[in-house]
Amino acid sequence: MNRGVNAMKNLLAALCLSAASALAWALPTDKPDALVKALTEEVLQVLRTDEKLRAGDASRAIESIEKIVLPHFDLRRMTMLAVGRDWRDATEAQRDRLVKGFYDMLVRTYSNALTEYRNQTVDFRPLRMSPEDRSVRVQTEIRQPGGQPVPVDYMMEKNGSEWKVFDVVVAGVSLVTNYRGTFAQEIRNGGIDGLIRALESRDKSLVPASTPGKS
Amino acid sequence: MANSILSRAFVLLLASVMLVMTGCASNPRNPDDPLEGYNRAMFKFNEGVDKAVLKPVAKAYEKVVPQMVRTGIGNVFSNLGDIWVGLNNLLQGKIGEGMSDLMRFAVNSTFGILGIFDVASEMGLEKHDEDFGQTLAVWGVKEGPYFVVPFLGPRTVRDAAVLPVDFYGSGLAQIDHVPTRNTVLAVRAIHTRSELLGTDRALEGQLDKYAFVRDAYLQNRRYKVHDGNPPVEYEDFDRKESRPRNLPNYETYADAMALAAIGRMEFVGADGRTLNQ
Repeated sequence: MNRGVNAMKNLLAALCLSAASALAWALPTDKPDALVKALTEEVLQVLRTDEKLRAGDASRAIESIEKIVLPHFDLRRMTMLAVGRDWRDATEAQRDRLVKGFYDMLVRTYSNALTEYRNQTVDFRPLRMSPEDRSVRVQTEIRQPGGQPVPVDYMMEKNGSEWKVFDVVVAGVSLVTNYRGTFAQEIRNGGIDGLIRALESRDKSLVPASTPGKS
Repeated sequence: MANSILSRAFVLLLASVMLVMTGCASNPRNPDDPLEGYNRAMFKFNEGVDKAVLKPVAKAYEKVVPQMVRTGIGNVFSNLGDIWVGLNNLLQGKIGEGMSDLMRFAVNSTFGILGIFDVASEMGLEKHDEDFGQTLAVWGVKEGPYFVVPFLGPRTVRDAAVLPVDFYGSGLAQIDHVPTRNTVLAVRAIHTRSELLGTDRALEGQLDKYAFVRDAYLQNRRYKVHDGNPPVEYEDFDRKESRPRNLPNYETYADAMALAAIGRMEFVGADGRTLNQ
Protein backbone atom coordinates (compact mmCIF):
# COMPACT_ATOMS: atom_id res chain seq x y z
CA MET A 1 0.00 0.00 0.00
CA ASN A 2 2.70 2.41 1.12
CA ARG A 3 4.79 1.48 -1.85
CA GLY A 4 1.85 2.13 -4.11
CA VAL A 5 1.48 5.66 -2.74
CA ASN A 6 5.19 6.30 -3.22
CA ALA A 7 5.03 5.05 -6.77
CA MET A 8 2.09 7.35 -7.40
CA LYS A 9 4.03 10.28 -5.92
CA ASN A 10 7.00 9.54 -8.13
CA LEU A 11 4.81 9.25 -11.17
CA LEU A 12 3.13 12.55 -10.36
CA ALA A 13 6.47 14.23 -9.82
CA ALA A 14 7.74 12.88 -13.12
CA LEU A 15 4.60 14.07 -14.86
CA CYS A 16 4.93 17.54 -13.37
CA LEU A 17 8.58 17.73 -14.38
CA SER A 18 7.93 16.67 -17.92
CA ALA A 19 5.01 19.08 -18.12
CA ALA A 20 7.32 21.86 -16.95
CA SER A 21 10.00 20.95 -19.45
CA ALA A 22 7.39 20.62 -22.17
CA LEU A 23 6.35 24.17 -21.32
CA ALA A 24 9.94 25.30 -21.60
CA TRP A 25 10.27 23.56 -24.94
CA ALA A 26 7.10 25.19 -26.15
CA LEU A 27 8.87 28.57 -26.12
CA PRO A 28 10.02 29.42 -29.63
CA THR A 29 13.75 29.70 -28.88
CA ASP A 30 14.61 29.64 -32.59
CA LYS A 31 12.79 32.93 -33.31
CA PRO A 32 14.09 35.87 -31.27
CA ASP A 33 11.03 38.11 -31.56
CA ALA A 34 8.58 35.32 -30.81
CA LEU A 35 10.71 34.32 -27.81
CA VAL A 36 10.70 37.85 -26.36
CA LYS A 37 6.96 38.07 -26.89
CA ALA A 38 6.32 34.74 -25.16
CA LEU A 39 8.60 35.66 -22.25
CA THR A 40 7.02 39.10 -21.85
CA GLU A 41 3.53 37.67 -21.84
CA GLU A 42 4.41 35.07 -19.21
CA VAL A 43 6.06 37.69 -17.00
CA LEU A 44 3.09 40.05 -17.35
CA GLN A 45 0.84 37.14 -16.45
CA VAL A 46 2.80 36.62 -13.23
CA LEU A 47 2.69 40.34 -12.42
CA ARG A 48 -1.06 40.50 -13.00
CA THR A 49 -1.98 37.47 -10.99
CA ASP A 50 0.44 37.45 -8.05
CA GLU A 51 -1.51 38.67 -5.04
CA LYS A 52 1.48 38.87 -2.73
CA LEU A 53 3.08 41.29 -5.15
CA ARG A 54 0.07 43.58 -4.87
CA ALA A 55 0.66 43.62 -1.13
CA GLY A 56 4.27 44.70 -1.68
CA ASP A 57 5.99 41.31 -1.37
CA ALA A 58 7.85 40.53 -4.56
CA SER A 59 9.58 37.33 -3.44
CA ARG A 60 7.18 34.85 -5.02
CA ALA A 61 6.86 36.83 -8.24
CA ILE A 62 10.65 36.93 -8.54
CA GLU A 63 10.84 33.19 -8.10
CA SER A 64 8.37 32.58 -10.91
CA ILE A 65 9.98 35.16 -13.17
CA GLU A 66 13.44 33.68 -12.58
CA LYS A 67 12.14 30.32 -13.71
CA ILE A 68 10.60 31.74 -16.86
CA VAL A 69 13.28 34.17 -17.90
CA LEU A 70 16.63 32.89 -16.66
CA PRO A 71 17.19 30.06 -19.16
CA HIS A 72 16.94 32.58 -21.96
CA PHE A 73 19.52 35.04 -20.70
CA ASP A 74 23.25 34.70 -21.38
CA LEU A 75 24.43 35.70 -17.90
CA ARG A 76 28.10 35.13 -18.58
CA ARG A 77 28.07 37.43 -21.60
CA MET A 78 26.14 40.04 -19.63
CA THR A 79 28.65 39.99 -16.80
CA MET A 80 31.56 40.18 -19.21
CA LEU A 81 30.07 43.27 -20.84
CA ALA A 82 29.42 44.89 -17.47
CA VAL A 83 32.94 44.24 -16.19
CA GLY A 84 34.59 45.39 -19.41
CA ARG A 85 38.30 45.11 -20.13
CA ASP A 86 39.20 43.84 -16.68
CA TRP A 87 37.34 40.62 -17.52
CA ARG A 88 40.45 39.54 -19.38
CA ASP A 89 42.49 39.60 -16.17
CA ALA A 90 39.98 37.58 -14.14
CA THR A 91 40.56 33.88 -13.50
CA GLU A 92 37.81 31.38 -14.35
CA ALA A 93 36.96 31.05 -10.65
CA GLN A 94 36.70 34.83 -10.29
CA ARG A 95 34.56 35.00 -13.42
CA ASP A 96 32.11 32.46 -11.99
CA ARG A 97 31.78 34.49 -8.82
CA LEU A 98 31.35 37.70 -10.80
CA VAL A 99 28.54 36.13 -12.83
CA LYS A 100 26.78 34.94 -9.68
CA GLY A 101 27.34 38.20 -7.83
CA PHE A 102 26.18 40.36 -10.73
CA TYR A 103 23.06 38.29 -11.17
CA ASP A 104 22.19 38.45 -7.47
CA MET A 105 22.70 42.19 -7.47
CA LEU A 106 20.44 42.65 -10.49
CA VAL A 107 17.71 40.65 -8.80
CA ARG A 108 18.17 42.58 -5.57
CA THR A 109 17.96 46.01 -7.19
CA TYR A 110 15.21 45.39 -9.68
CA SER A 111 12.94 43.23 -7.53
CA ASN A 112 11.95 46.33 -5.57
CA ALA A 113 10.88 47.96 -8.80
CA LEU A 114 8.49 45.08 -9.56
CA THR A 115 6.07 46.30 -6.93
CA GLU A 116 5.76 49.49 -9.00
CA TYR A 117 3.96 47.51 -11.68
CA ARG A 118 0.74 49.34 -12.63
CA ASN A 119 -1.08 47.78 -15.56
CA GLN A 120 1.50 48.57 -18.20
CA THR A 121 1.09 46.98 -21.61
CA VAL A 122 3.81 46.03 -24.06
CA ASP A 123 3.84 46.68 -27.80
CA PHE A 124 6.11 44.73 -30.13
CA ARG A 125 7.75 46.35 -33.11
CA PRO A 126 8.21 44.28 -36.26
CA LEU A 127 11.65 42.66 -36.35
CA ARG A 128 14.00 43.39 -39.20
CA MET A 129 16.44 40.53 -39.64
CA SER A 130 17.81 38.28 -42.34
CA PRO A 131 18.08 34.50 -41.85
CA GLU A 132 21.88 34.59 -41.54
CA ASP A 133 21.93 37.20 -38.73
CA ARG A 134 23.59 35.96 -35.55
CA SER A 135 22.56 38.91 -33.40
CA VAL A 136 19.42 41.04 -33.42
CA ARG A 137 17.72 43.85 -31.54
CA VAL A 138 14.12 43.06 -30.63
CA GLN A 139 12.29 46.32 -30.05
CA THR A 140 9.35 46.70 -27.69
CA GLU A 141 7.56 49.60 -26.07
CA ILE A 142 6.09 49.69 -22.60
CA ARG A 143 2.95 51.80 -22.50
CA GLN A 144 1.51 53.13 -19.29
CA PRO A 145 -1.58 55.18 -18.62
CA GLY A 146 -0.79 58.88 -18.76
CA GLY A 147 2.88 58.55 -19.61
CA GLN A 148 5.09 58.56 -22.66
CA PRO A 149 5.84 55.05 -23.95
CA VAL A 150 9.23 53.71 -22.85
CA PRO A 151 11.23 51.87 -25.51
CA VAL A 152 12.75 48.61 -24.26
CA ASP A 153 15.08 46.73 -26.60
CA TYR A 154 16.39 43.21 -26.14
CA MET A 155 19.80 42.48 -27.62
CA MET A 156 19.93 38.84 -28.59
CA GLU A 157 22.51 36.46 -29.93
CA LYS A 158 22.26 33.03 -31.47
CA ASN A 159 24.05 30.19 -29.67
CA GLY A 160 23.67 27.11 -31.85
CA SER A 161 20.00 27.20 -32.74
CA GLU A 162 18.92 29.00 -29.58
CA TRP A 163 18.52 32.74 -29.17
CA LYS A 164 19.56 34.29 -25.88
CA VAL A 165 19.24 37.80 -24.47
CA PHE A 166 22.54 39.44 -23.51
CA ASP A 167 21.39 43.00 -22.87
CA VAL A 168 18.23 44.95 -22.12
CA VAL A 169 18.26 48.58 -23.25
CA VAL A 170 15.71 50.91 -21.66
CA ALA A 171 15.38 54.32 -23.36
CA GLY A 172 18.89 53.98 -24.66
CA VAL A 173 20.33 52.93 -21.31
CA SER A 174 21.95 49.52 -21.41
CA LEU A 175 21.30 47.76 -18.13
CA VAL A 176 24.54 45.87 -18.64
CA THR A 177 27.11 48.39 -19.81
CA ASN A 178 25.68 50.98 -17.43
CA TYR A 179 27.53 49.17 -14.64
CA ARG A 180 30.93 49.62 -16.28
CA GLY A 181 31.71 52.91 -14.57
CA THR A 182 30.77 51.56 -11.15
CA PHE A 183 32.59 48.27 -11.64
CA ALA A 184 35.73 49.91 -13.01
CA GLN A 185 35.84 52.08 -9.91
CA GLU A 186 35.47 49.08 -7.59
CA ILE A 187 38.22 47.27 -9.47
CA ARG A 188 40.53 50.28 -9.24
CA ASN A 189 39.87 50.45 -5.51
CA GLY A 190 40.15 46.79 -4.61
CA GLY A 191 40.93 44.72 -7.67
CA ILE A 192 38.63 42.08 -9.10
CA ASP A 193 38.23 40.54 -5.65
CA GLY A 194 37.14 43.95 -4.40
CA LEU A 195 34.38 44.01 -7.00
CA ILE A 196 33.35 40.46 -6.08
CA ARG A 197 33.18 41.47 -2.41
CA ALA A 198 31.09 44.54 -3.27
CA LEU A 199 28.68 42.45 -5.32
CA GLU A 200 28.38 39.75 -2.71
CA SER A 201 27.87 42.00 0.28
CA ARG A 202 24.15 42.31 0.79
CA ASP A 203 24.73 45.24 3.09
CA LYS A 204 25.38 48.40 1.12
CA SER A 205 27.36 49.95 3.97
CA LEU A 206 30.05 47.30 3.59
CA VAL A 207 30.90 48.70 0.19
CA PRO A 208 33.81 51.13 0.50
CA ALA A 209 32.53 54.61 -0.15
CA SER A 210 34.29 56.10 -3.14
CA THR A 211 33.55 59.71 -2.29
CA PRO A 212 36.72 61.67 -2.91
CA GLY A 213 38.10 63.71 -0.06
CA LYS A 214 35.95 62.01 2.52
CA SER A 215 38.82 60.35 4.33
CA MET B 1 11.98 91.51 -13.96
CA ALA B 2 11.48 88.49 -16.17
CA ASN B 3 15.20 88.02 -16.13
CA SER B 4 15.71 87.98 -12.38
CA ILE B 5 15.29 84.24 -12.00
CA LEU B 6 17.49 83.68 -15.02
CA SER B 7 20.26 85.87 -13.71
CA ARG B 8 20.04 84.24 -10.31
CA ALA B 9 20.34 80.84 -11.92
CA PHE B 10 23.26 82.10 -13.93
CA VAL B 11 25.11 83.39 -10.87
CA LEU B 12 24.64 80.00 -9.28
CA LEU B 13 25.95 78.34 -12.41
CA LEU B 14 28.95 80.67 -12.48
CA ALA B 15 29.67 79.93 -8.84
CA SER B 16 29.62 76.22 -9.67
CA VAL B 17 31.90 76.70 -12.65
CA MET B 18 34.38 78.54 -10.45
CA LEU B 19 34.25 75.71 -7.98
CA VAL B 20 34.81 73.31 -10.80
CA MET B 21 37.96 75.14 -11.75
CA THR B 22 39.40 74.40 -8.33
CA GLY B 23 38.46 70.77 -8.74
CA CYS B 24 39.82 70.51 -12.26
CA ALA B 25 43.17 69.12 -11.30
CA SER B 26 41.70 65.80 -10.16
CA ASN B 27 43.03 62.81 -12.07
CA PRO B 28 40.78 61.66 -14.90
CA ARG B 29 39.49 58.38 -13.51
CA ASN B 30 36.53 58.34 -15.81
CA PRO B 31 37.11 60.11 -19.12
CA ASP B 32 33.50 61.31 -19.13
CA ASP B 33 33.73 62.72 -15.63
CA PRO B 34 36.87 64.76 -14.97
CA LEU B 35 34.89 66.92 -12.54
CA GLU B 36 33.93 63.97 -10.36
CA GLY B 37 34.99 65.62 -7.10
CA TYR B 38 32.67 68.57 -7.57
CA ASN B 39 29.95 66.48 -9.20
CA ARG B 40 29.73 64.03 -6.32
CA ALA B 41 29.40 66.87 -3.85
CA MET B 42 26.69 68.61 -5.89
CA PHE B 43 24.89 65.29 -6.44
CA LYS B 44 24.80 64.83 -2.70
CA PHE B 45 23.49 68.34 -2.22
CA ASN B 46 20.77 67.83 -4.84
CA GLU B 47 19.79 64.56 -3.21
CA GLY B 48 19.44 66.39 0.09
CA VAL B 49 17.13 68.98 -1.49
CA ASP B 50 15.16 66.21 -3.19
CA LYS B 51 14.75 64.22 -0.02
CA ALA B 52 13.79 67.25 2.06
CA VAL B 53 11.49 69.05 -0.37
CA LEU B 54 10.85 67.78 -3.86
CA LYS B 55 10.25 64.08 -3.28
CA PRO B 56 7.75 64.45 -0.40
CA VAL B 57 5.84 67.10 -2.32
CA ALA B 58 5.81 64.97 -5.47
CA LYS B 59 4.55 62.00 -3.45
CA ALA B 60 1.76 64.08 -1.96
CA TYR B 61 0.90 65.38 -5.43
CA GLU B 62 0.69 61.84 -6.76
CA LYS B 63 -1.52 60.81 -3.85
CA VAL B 64 -3.88 63.77 -3.84
CA VAL B 65 -4.26 64.60 -7.53
CA PRO B 66 -6.14 61.93 -9.53
CA GLN B 67 -4.33 60.22 -12.39
CA MET B 68 -6.58 61.82 -15.01
CA VAL B 69 -5.83 65.33 -13.80
CA ARG B 70 -2.10 64.57 -13.61
CA THR B 71 -2.18 63.31 -17.18
CA GLY B 72 -3.86 66.55 -18.20
CA ILE B 73 -1.24 68.64 -16.40
CA GLY B 74 1.55 66.67 -18.04
CA ASN B 75 -0.10 67.11 -21.43
CA VAL B 76 -0.35 70.90 -21.02
CA PHE B 77 3.40 71.18 -20.31
CA SER B 78 4.20 68.72 -23.05
CA ASN B 79 2.09 70.75 -25.48
CA LEU B 80 3.81 74.04 -24.60
CA GLY B 81 7.13 72.27 -25.07
CA ASP B 82 6.23 71.07 -28.56
CA ILE B 83 6.90 74.51 -30.09
CA TRP B 84 10.48 74.41 -28.84
CA VAL B 85 10.82 70.76 -29.84
CA GLY B 86 9.60 71.66 -33.34
CA LEU B 87 11.93 74.68 -33.68
CA ASN B 88 14.89 72.53 -32.65
CA ASN B 89 13.94 69.85 -35.15
CA LEU B 90 13.84 72.55 -37.84
CA LEU B 91 17.23 73.88 -36.69
CA GLN B 92 18.58 70.34 -37.00
CA GLY B 93 17.31 70.18 -40.58
CA LYS B 94 14.56 67.66 -39.78
CA ILE B 95 11.84 69.57 -41.57
CA GLY B 96 9.22 66.80 -41.53
CA GLU B 97 9.58 66.17 -37.81
CA GLY B 98 9.63 69.89 -37.06
CA MET B 99 6.44 70.56 -39.01
CA SER B 100 4.81 67.57 -37.31
CA ASP B 101 5.70 69.01 -33.87
CA LEU B 102 4.23 72.41 -34.75
CA MET B 103 1.17 70.62 -36.10
CA ARG B 104 0.92 68.75 -32.79
CA PHE B 105 0.89 72.08 -30.98
CA ALA B 106 -1.82 73.46 -33.26
CA VAL B 107 -3.98 70.35 -32.96
CA ASN B 108 -3.61 69.88 -29.21
CA SER B 109 -4.09 73.59 -28.42
CA THR B 110 -7.42 73.61 -30.25
CA PHE B 111 -9.00 70.16 -30.42
CA GLY B 112 -7.10 69.11 -27.32
CA ILE B 113 -8.52 72.10 -25.37
CA LEU B 114 -5.37 74.10 -24.54
CA GLY B 115 -3.29 70.95 -24.61
CA ILE B 116 -5.13 69.10 -21.84
CA PHE B 117 -5.75 66.16 -24.17
CA ASP B 118 -3.08 64.76 -26.43
CA VAL B 119 -5.28 64.12 -29.45
CA ALA B 120 -2.32 64.59 -31.81
CA SER B 121 -0.76 61.34 -30.58
CA GLU B 122 -4.06 59.57 -31.21
CA MET B 123 -3.93 60.97 -34.74
CA GLY B 124 -0.51 59.43 -35.23
CA LEU B 125 1.58 62.59 -34.79
CA GLU B 126 4.40 61.20 -32.72
CA LYS B 127 5.81 63.12 -29.75
CA HIS B 128 9.51 63.94 -30.12
CA ASP B 129 12.19 64.84 -27.61
CA GLU B 130 14.46 67.70 -28.67
CA ASP B 131 16.17 70.63 -27.00
CA PHE B 132 18.88 73.13 -27.83
CA GLY B 133 21.65 70.95 -26.41
CA GLN B 134 20.72 68.25 -28.93
CA THR B 135 20.65 70.84 -31.71
CA LEU B 136 24.18 71.92 -30.78
CA ALA B 137 25.21 68.26 -30.81
CA VAL B 138 23.87 67.90 -34.34
CA TRP B 139 25.80 71.04 -35.29
CA GLY B 140 28.96 69.33 -34.05
CA VAL B 141 29.41 70.78 -30.55
CA LYS B 142 30.95 68.14 -28.27
CA GLU B 143 29.10 67.31 -25.06
CA GLY B 144 31.98 68.16 -22.75
CA PRO B 145 32.39 66.71 -19.26
CA TYR B 146 29.51 65.45 -17.16
CA PHE B 147 28.25 68.25 -14.96
CA VAL B 148 25.77 68.18 -12.08
CA VAL B 149 23.83 71.47 -12.02
CA PRO B 150 22.59 72.76 -8.65
CA PHE B 151 18.93 71.76 -8.15
CA LEU B 152 18.49 70.60 -11.75
CA GLY B 153 20.79 67.59 -11.63
CA PRO B 154 22.74 65.74 -14.34
CA ARG B 155 23.78 67.57 -17.50
CA THR B 156 26.80 67.76 -19.71
CA VAL B 157 28.67 71.07 -19.85
CA ARG B 158 27.23 71.70 -23.31
CA ASP B 159 23.67 71.17 -22.15
CA ALA B 160 24.18 73.11 -18.93
CA ALA B 161 25.52 76.08 -20.86
CA VAL B 162 22.34 76.38 -22.94
CA LEU B 163 19.92 75.96 -20.02
CA PRO B 164 18.93 79.66 -20.23
CA VAL B 165 18.20 79.20 -23.95
CA ASP B 166 16.06 76.15 -23.29
CA PHE B 167 14.27 77.99 -20.50
CA TYR B 168 13.55 80.83 -22.89
CA GLY B 169 12.23 78.38 -25.45
CA SER B 170 10.03 76.57 -22.93
CA GLY B 171 7.40 79.27 -23.30
CA LEU B 172 7.30 79.79 -19.54
CA ALA B 173 9.94 82.52 -19.44
CA GLN B 174 7.52 84.80 -21.26
CA ILE B 175 5.00 84.82 -18.41
CA ASP B 176 5.48 88.35 -17.07
CA HIS B 177 3.57 87.95 -13.83
CA VAL B 178 6.32 86.57 -11.63
CA PRO B 179 4.24 84.78 -8.96
CA THR B 180 2.28 83.04 -11.73
CA ARG B 181 5.46 82.03 -13.49
CA ASN B 182 7.04 80.71 -10.32
CA THR B 183 3.91 78.72 -9.52
CA VAL B 184 3.87 77.23 -13.01
CA LEU B 185 7.56 76.34 -12.75
CA ALA B 186 7.01 74.74 -9.36
CA VAL B 187 4.09 72.67 -10.64
CA ARG B 188 6.18 71.56 -13.59
CA ALA B 189 9.05 70.52 -11.31
CA ILE B 190 6.68 68.62 -9.01
CA HIS B 191 4.96 66.91 -11.92
CA THR B 192 8.25 65.89 -13.52
CA ARG B 193 9.50 64.55 -10.21
CA SER B 194 6.30 62.57 -9.64
CA GLU B 195 6.84 60.78 -12.95
CA LEU B 196 10.25 59.63 -11.71
CA LEU B 197 9.03 58.24 -8.38
CA GLY B 198 8.85 54.75 -9.86
CA THR B 199 12.55 54.72 -10.69
CA ASP B 200 13.67 55.60 -7.16
CA ARG B 201 13.36 52.03 -6.04
CA ALA B 202 15.69 50.69 -8.69
CA LEU B 203 18.30 53.24 -7.59
CA GLU B 204 18.20 52.39 -3.92
CA GLY B 205 20.26 49.21 -3.98
CA GLN B 206 22.99 50.32 -6.38
CA LEU B 207 26.63 49.88 -5.39
CA ASP B 208 27.32 53.49 -6.32
CA LYS B 209 24.20 55.51 -6.98
CA TYR B 210 26.16 58.52 -8.24
CA ALA B 211 28.00 56.52 -10.90
CA PHE B 212 24.84 54.67 -11.91
CA VAL B 213 22.88 57.90 -12.41
CA ARG B 214 25.79 59.51 -14.27
CA ASP B 215 26.26 56.64 -16.68
CA ALA B 216 22.53 56.22 -17.27
CA TYR B 217 22.16 59.95 -17.93
CA LEU B 218 25.03 60.00 -20.44
CA GLN B 219 23.75 56.91 -22.25
CA ASN B 220 20.23 58.29 -22.44
CA ARG B 221 21.52 61.66 -23.62
CA ARG B 222 23.53 60.14 -26.47
CA TYR B 223 20.52 58.06 -27.38
CA LYS B 224 18.40 61.20 -27.67
CA VAL B 225 21.03 63.06 -29.68
CA HIS B 226 21.03 60.18 -32.16
CA ASP B 227 17.21 60.07 -32.17
CA GLY B 228 17.10 56.58 -30.75
CA ASN B 229 19.86 55.06 -32.87
CA PRO B 230 23.14 55.62 -31.05
CA PRO B 231 26.13 53.70 -32.32
CA VAL B 232 26.51 50.71 -29.99
CA GLU B 233 29.28 48.19 -29.95
CA TYR B 234 29.34 45.03 -27.88
CA GLU B 235 32.90 43.93 -27.41
CA ASP B 236 34.13 40.44 -26.71
CA PHE B 237 36.42 40.43 -23.69
CA ASP B 238 36.99 36.71 -23.80
CA ARG B 239 39.72 37.22 -26.37
CA LYS B 240 43.15 37.78 -24.88
CA GLU B 241 44.79 41.11 -25.42
CA SER B 242 47.72 42.73 -23.70
CA ARG B 243 47.24 46.15 -22.20
CA PRO B 244 48.89 48.38 -19.65
CA ARG B 245 47.88 47.98 -16.02
CA ASN B 246 45.69 50.60 -14.43
CA LEU B 247 47.33 53.45 -12.62
CA PRO B 248 46.76 53.73 -8.89
CA ASN B 249 43.84 55.79 -7.65
CA TYR B 250 44.88 59.20 -6.35
CA GLU B 251 42.76 61.29 -4.07
CA THR B 252 43.75 64.82 -4.85
CA TYR B 253 43.98 67.86 -2.65
CA ALA B 254 41.89 69.80 -5.19
CA ASP B 255 39.02 67.34 -4.82
CA ALA B 256 39.04 67.78 -1.08
CA MET B 257 39.10 71.57 -1.50
CA ALA B 258 36.13 71.50 -3.87
CA LEU B 259 34.17 69.32 -1.47
CA ALA B 260 34.94 71.58 1.46
CA ALA B 261 33.94 74.66 -0.54
CA ILE B 262 30.56 73.13 -1.46
CA GLY B 263 30.00 72.26 2.15
CA ARG B 264 30.37 75.95 3.02
CA MET B 265 28.18 77.20 0.18
CA GLU B 266 24.80 78.60 1.04
CA PHE B 267 21.93 78.62 -1.36
CA VAL B 268 19.60 81.50 -0.69
CA GLY B 269 16.04 81.26 -1.92
CA ALA B 270 14.07 84.14 -3.44
CA ASP B 271 12.62 85.04 -0.06
CA GLY B 272 16.05 85.22 1.54
CA ARG B 273 15.85 81.92 3.40
CA THR B 274 18.78 79.55 3.26
CA LEU B 275 17.87 76.40 1.38
CA ASN B 276 20.60 74.05 2.50
CA GLN B 277 21.65 73.56 6.07
